[in-house]
Amino acid sequence: MATPASNRQLPAIQVDPTNKPYFDAAREGRLLIGLCKDTNKHFWYPRGCSPFTLSNNVELVEAKGTGTIYTYTVMRTKEPYCVAYVELDEGVRVFTNIVDCDLDSLKIGQKVKVVFKPTQGDSPPATMFTPA
Amino acid sequence: MSISGKAYIAGAYEHPTRKADNTSVAQLHAEVAYGALQDAGLTKDDVDGYFCTGAAPGLGPLNMADYLGLTKLRHLDSTDVGGSSYVLHVGHALEAIALGQCNVALVTLAGRPRAEAMATGTAPRSWGVNVPDDPFEIPYGRTVANAYALCAMRHMYEFGTTSEQLAWIKVAASHHAQWNEHAMLRKVVTVEDVVNSPMISDPLHRLDCCVISDGGGALIITRPEIAKSLKRPLVKIKGHGEATKNQNAGYTDLTYSGARFSGPRAFEEAGVRPADIQYASIYDSFTITVLIQLEDLGFCEKGQGGKFVADGNLISGTGKLPFNTDGGGLCNNHPANRGGMTKVIEAVRQLRGEAHPKVQVPGCTLALAHGTGGLLGTRHGSATVILERE
Repeated sequence: MATPASNRQLPAIQVDPTNKPYFDAAREGRLLIGLCKDTNKHFWYPRGCSPFTLSNNVELVEAKGTGTIYTYTVMRTKEPYCVAYVELDEGVRVFTNIVDCDLDSLKIGQKVKVVFKPTQGDSPPATMFTPA
Repeated sequence: MSISGKAYIAGAYEHPTRKADNTSVAQLHAEVAYGALQDAGLTKDDVDGYFCTGAAPGLGPLNMADYLGLTKLRHLDSTDVGGSSYVLHVGHALEAIALGQCNVALVTLAGRPRAEAMATGTAPRSWGVNVPDDPFEIPYGRTVANAYALCAMRHMYEFGTTSEQLAWIKVAASHHAQWNEHAMLRKVVTVEDVVNSPMISDPLHRLDCCVISDGGGALIITRPEIAKSLKRPLVKIKGHGEATKNQNAGYTDLTYSGARFSGPRAFEEAGVRPADIQYASIYDSFTITVLIQLEDLGFCEKGQGGKFVADGNLISGTGKLPFNTDGGGLCNNHPANRGGMTKVIEAVRQLRGEAHPKVQVPGCTLALAHGTGGLLGTRHGSATVILERE
């Protein structure tokens, strides 16, 4: 039995000055992730400090936008949707949704690619993934 | 310096209500505070330390001390790590009493999520303003249920854990709840009942989830000499550990919980091992919560939780590790969506020999209570206490 992913309405995203560059890039269809320039390690989620050193020597760098499903679950609500952690090829695990697919066909380890989905009003899009 | 044994739990009270339509949250706090003081044989004017969380109305200790008429307070603590807070408060009260900061500590919890018809587990919910992770999680429909389901799915993938094994945790809780007249769900259920109940968030079924209930509970923690002057059995706080666990900068590992850190700290301070524990209160927001915590606390090897809980191993009188003999959050009570308080209360009942006779562990002298607060799949607090009957 197939369960098509719903197109549920997404709430507006609360943008603040420390994450605005991430969401500006998302509007252009680009996925950015944090880079700690002290350690040269990627991090998630984007923030104004390095979670490795606490310094503000950080920048956002473009990710390839591909990865694999680390884990997932399907919320069996009236509008079913899939919540997942996707492990990007760069190594970080991103809290997200898997969309535009049959929710009953998903598997841990499955390859996925990024898609951006509109949210309410002028808010930036949400970063989601779909089977590659 | 070890503070092991420098304070005792002298009073414990669980509100009998599970749906509090005609009252207020503040009044529920008053009723549980009064109940715990009566249980200990003390009065509100003996209280000089007060503990609550952000679940208490207003600015916690300020509004509550006013409502409760607490005028002698010299130690306050409103540390909020969700449902694990009240286990953590036992440890903090031990620390405060050992340092002479207070003599009689009162810990209260109350709430009315059921009367307020809150969609506790299945509606996306932020826990405040300016929360830095919200923009990266709330739009994706993060709920309590799916944040635990993500862990269950990964555990099954890595270790071969099955829905039937998880179901045994609910089955054990239901065997205990049948004897608790206040429990919300008193019907004994089978593994088949659990796995055939509606799917909420794969792989968690409705019966893998805890109840949503109103009410609350309270504890009284005192200096040894005060505890010994009272008429109640002596329950000594032997060890305590606390920790947080989070996404680790994007390198999150969902196969373990903060119990991996708080558990060993509590065992070390208490000077005992998991095999010494005769009764365990284990936080049971969902069946998977119990399984992962049991592994991390050292009751079995990582990945072996499914085998450990199967075939009634958690049922009092049958299994090797009697757990949540009040029926737990899965069947009895999860007041204000925070189960740490009732975990401590049932451990106290067991050590006093006051659990229901059908579930009382004979000669119970060493018990553990453990809480996880927040979300297992994103970030959570973890607190463990080890208690001893003297």
